[in-house]
Amino acid sequence: MAFFILRRTGVMILTALCLTFVVFFLTNLAPNLEKLAKTQGNARMSDAEVTSWLDRNGYGGPLVVRYGEWLGVVPGWVRFDEPTGEWRGRCILRGQSPEDADRFCGLLQGDLGYSTVSNAEVAAIIGGRMALTGVLMFWAFAVMVPTALVIGIMAGMREGSRMDRALSTFSIGTTATPEYVSGVVFIILLASSQTGLSPLLVDWGWLESGTLFLGSARSAMDGVTFWNFTLPVITIAFYGIGYIARMTRASMAEVMTAQYIRTARLKGVRFRTIVLRHALRNALIAPFTVIMLQIPWLLTGVVIVETLFNYNGFGWTLVQAASNNDIELLLACSVVAVFVVLVTQLISDIGYVFLNPRIRIS
Amino acid sequence: MMLDDPFQGAGVLPDTHDGPILEISNLSISFFTRAREIPAVMDFSCSVMPGEAMGLVGESGCGKSTVALGVMQDLGTNGRIVGGTIRYKGRDLASLGADELRAIRGRDIAMIYQEPMASLNPAMRIGQQLIEVPMIHEGISRTQAWARAREMVADVRLPDPERILRSYPHQLSGGQQQRIVIAMALMSKPSLLILDEPTTALDVTVEAAVVDLIKDLGRKYGTSMLFISHNLGLVLETCDRICVMYSGEAVETGAIGDVFNHMRHPYTQALFRSIPLPGADKSARPLRAIPGNFPLPHERPKGCNFGPRCDYFVAGRCDMSDVAMASIAQGDRHQSRCLRADDIDWAAPMVAGAQQTAPEKGDVVLEVRDLKKYYEVAANALFGGGETRVVKANESLSFAARESETLAIVGESGCGKSTLAKVLMGLETATSGEVLLDGSAIQDTPIEARDTRLVSSIQMVFQNPFDTLNPSMSVGRQIIRALEVFGIGASDAERRTRMLDLLDLVKLPRAFAERMPRQLSGGQKQRVGIARAFAGGARIVVADEPVSALDVSVQAAVTDLLMDIQRREKTTLLFISHDLSIVRYLSDRVLVMYLGHVVELGSTDQVFSPPYHPYTEALLSAVPIADTSVAKQRIVLEGDIPSAMNPPPGCPFQTRCRWKAQVPGGLCETQVPPMRRLAEGHDIKCHLAMDVLASMDPVITFAPGA
Repeated sequence: MAFFILRRTGVMILTALCLTFVVFFLTNLAPNLEKLAKTQGNARMSDAEVTSWLDRNGYGGPLVVRYGEWLGVVPGWVRFDEPTGEWRGRCILRGQSPEDADRFCGLLQGDLGYSTVSNAEVAAIIGGRMALTGVLMFWAFAVMVPTALVIGIMAGMREGSRMDRALSTFSIGTTATPEYVSGVVFIILLASSQTGLSPLLVDWGWLESGTLFLGSARSAMDGVTFWNFTLPVITIAFYGIGYIARMTRASMAEVMTAQYIRTARLKGVRFRTIVLRHALRNALIAPFTVIMLQIPWLLTGVVIVETLFNYNGFGWTLVQAASNNDIELLLACSVVAVFVVLVTQLISDIGYVFLNPRIRIS
Repeated sequence: MMLDDPFQGAGVLPDTHDGPILEISNLSISFFTRAREIPAVMDFSCSVMPGEAMGLVGESGCGKSTVALGVMQDLGTNGRIVGGTIRYKGRDLASLGADELRAIRGRDIAMIYQEPMASLNPAMRIGQQLIEVPMIHEGISRTQAWARAREMVADVRLPDPERILRSYPHQLSGGQQQRIVIAMALMSKPSLLILDEPTTALDVTVEAAVVDLIKDLGRKYGTSMLFISHNLGLVLETCDRICVMYSGEAVETGAIGDVFNHMRHPYTQALFRSIPLPGADKSARPLRAIPGNFPLPHERPKGCNFGPRCDYFVAGRCDMSDVAMASIAQGDRHQSRCLRADDIDWAAPMVAGAQQTAPEKGDVVLEVRDLKKYYEVAANALFGGGETRVVKANESLSFAARESETLAIVGESGCGKSTLAKVLMGLETATSGEVLLDGSAIQDTPIEARDTRLVSSIQMVFQNPFDTLNPSMSVGRQIIRALEVFGIGASDAERRTRMLDLLDLVKLPRAFAERMPRQLSGGQKQRVGIARAFAGGARIVVADEPVSALDVSVQAAVTDLLMDIQRREKTTLLFISHDLSIVRYLSDRVLVMYLGHVVELGSTDQVFSPPYHPYTEALLSAVPIADTSVAKQRIVLEGDIPSAMNPPPGCPFQTRCRWKAQVPGGLCETQVPPMRRLAEGHDIKCHLAMDVLASMDPVITFAPGA
């Protein structure tokens, strides 16, 4: 088992290196850098000035060297700046002498760089934003997984029944609805004082005034309530519910036709016990992987939902960083995303081994 | 209320009942599809008395499993009983509600299935699956149930019950799994046990042990049995009465002795004449295949279902109206569904088929010298890495095969016979040793590196004809494709002619060239497979269990076809099989393998008569023979075949050998015996002294007076 995890970790690191290099390459394309120079310096720079600005600020060297600096395996650049008469460098804080500064400062040293737009350390920005997204993801998962599994198992236990057809139709409907559609529909239906349910409820006197749910999740950043957080959570969960439910249904339906289920039935086991004790564990093996793969998928959903509901989490930050050409922040976001994807893969593989005794490692 | 009570036993049935345990009368079962109603079982009657074992035999699709599921009232959503009744201890099962039915299943009627691995829940421990039965039906506590399970596991002769109860199904071997399924069925001491092909998935020696166990347990608990099988020999060994089914109907029923010795239905007779019994010989007394094909449910003829294939068919009489079961004067409750049962001269000897002269054996075509094939496998296959272990799949094999010769390779699963086939085909390369085809070494040439001539000269007929044909290519196209690959024929037209010739060769109508594989029956598909193998004028054809997936009546026809083509083409046939009856019938020489070793090699007569290798002896004893006049020595091998990954030291067979004590000094446990020559062409790998070998009795003898 230890060897397996070790090997998987090795592969993961290699994958992470490749992916981050691709992102580094794309964010450091010449037009991006030129735009950066013009926003940081002044907008009317000539081409020569742009080159010299980039050179002075450490964007001049070969791409691979700069990638190494960012990773922290190549010493950070150091240069004496003629106009200000100061030593400047990747690792040198303002006013620090080059002797006191670290030689390496990159990802490996835990230094994610400096956000040129927010004028703050990237690590500090990302940390807070991840925490907010974590809360959102947690609630989305807490709603999505149990709902999806229950729907999938109910649909799959009697394949072709009326309940199966109804639940399957619902699942296909939800999977076919992307977040930016379902989010808007939910807002109109549930969070508008002019249309949808809220005015009706007010008319009937069930609701004092205002709306059933809040259409913006900004206040949820300070404190999560049912009122302000329901819409973003169900918008994210909505898509995943259908998807996981379909997978669970297929797996459950297959298990229910297995011979060992017939064995149980002809042993005189009651239907409920067959479903819960004989079928469930076998039926959950396949959806487990799907659920784990759903986590990285949620990251993309988060981008849309956070922007839609103005919730300043990871997805919102990613969008902001991309539109502001905030290279270091964008890179950090991609590292986080890559990390999440790879770790969930690892967990799903290990969990699979535990669920399925046939491949349990001796 | 009973519903909420976990203990749902008792009360459904009276405890005292004297009459048949199971009484099926005029049962008809149909499956309903969108298009039509498909009658699977029609007008089926039989009864099972207390303590009696009833055999239900027939070919696949004859409805025997449907009868079993009908008794269990578990026909699925499409199946329905459309007529007749099934009475269990006098109660009509169709009248029972869901809860009553559940109370009967598992407690009164239990079932044993064909594939033990599939019938056990892979994610539940064995113990959990066993204790469930008495806990549901008798309301006993977990500890009591566990104690009962332990007892039961010991009863089915599994070692270390506590460990077995705590393991998962995949940790047990096939034979052990089947014993667990049997234990599970017997947990609540049912009065009726339904066995649906319980040993078909098992090796012969394991099968013999399991059958032995079923008989003993049946006697011990006084359980009635409904034994479903396609194997007449097995039914003879286990049952008191037999019911032969054909195309959804019972055609003959009666006591075993009556049906086997005084059969009164043409189908039963034809069935017996198509299976190789001791005494049949491919040249002097060939088998007689049943002509034609099994009718599909919606293509059944008017009148007698067997009519179109029957030798005694009389137009205007047999094809007029449905035939009813009629009692036969002699015998105990002996019935037959034949209008002419009294007219036919049943004692008339079989009209022997065309006799053939055995072909002359030619020069040595294939020679294998000291062939070894080892696999290195990672100790844990899924995640790779770690320590590696060596699996010795083939251990110094040496033999030669001549032109026009049939060499049978016999052994149970895991003995290395398929590995040998792979090395010959070039799918694997040898670890060491030589494989000489016409004198040139081919053991190190993988299939990709072989030239077309070499590829076409060693071809294979596969076990499962259903999976080896491309489902989306017409039959003719597939044969032409093989011809293209072998570089035969200058033009498409020429190849097409050759393809039609090949269809003639395998006795398929030329119109079949346009058909898709799904339109063919199993036997017809296998013929296509044979045509493909012989397309390039093969010198050697490796036939890997070519008939074991086919029905009995078709087996004979396919076997004869192979023999016929061999005679014509002078091909060397390597016939891989575990079925000793068929091997005895068609092979010239036999090579017996065990755990990668050749343990015995000799002519068919030499191998099938003493002195035997102890393993051959046990193998012979294990094969069920459908002939009441044959007396067999009963030798049951205990335990399973050791894993090739961890073979025992010394002689590979020493862990199960009953002769081991006869070898002084524990030689068997320390040294692999050398190959010894007993007679010209008869080699045996055994430490036993000559005088001990000479003292062996024949396993199969004909009872006096038969």
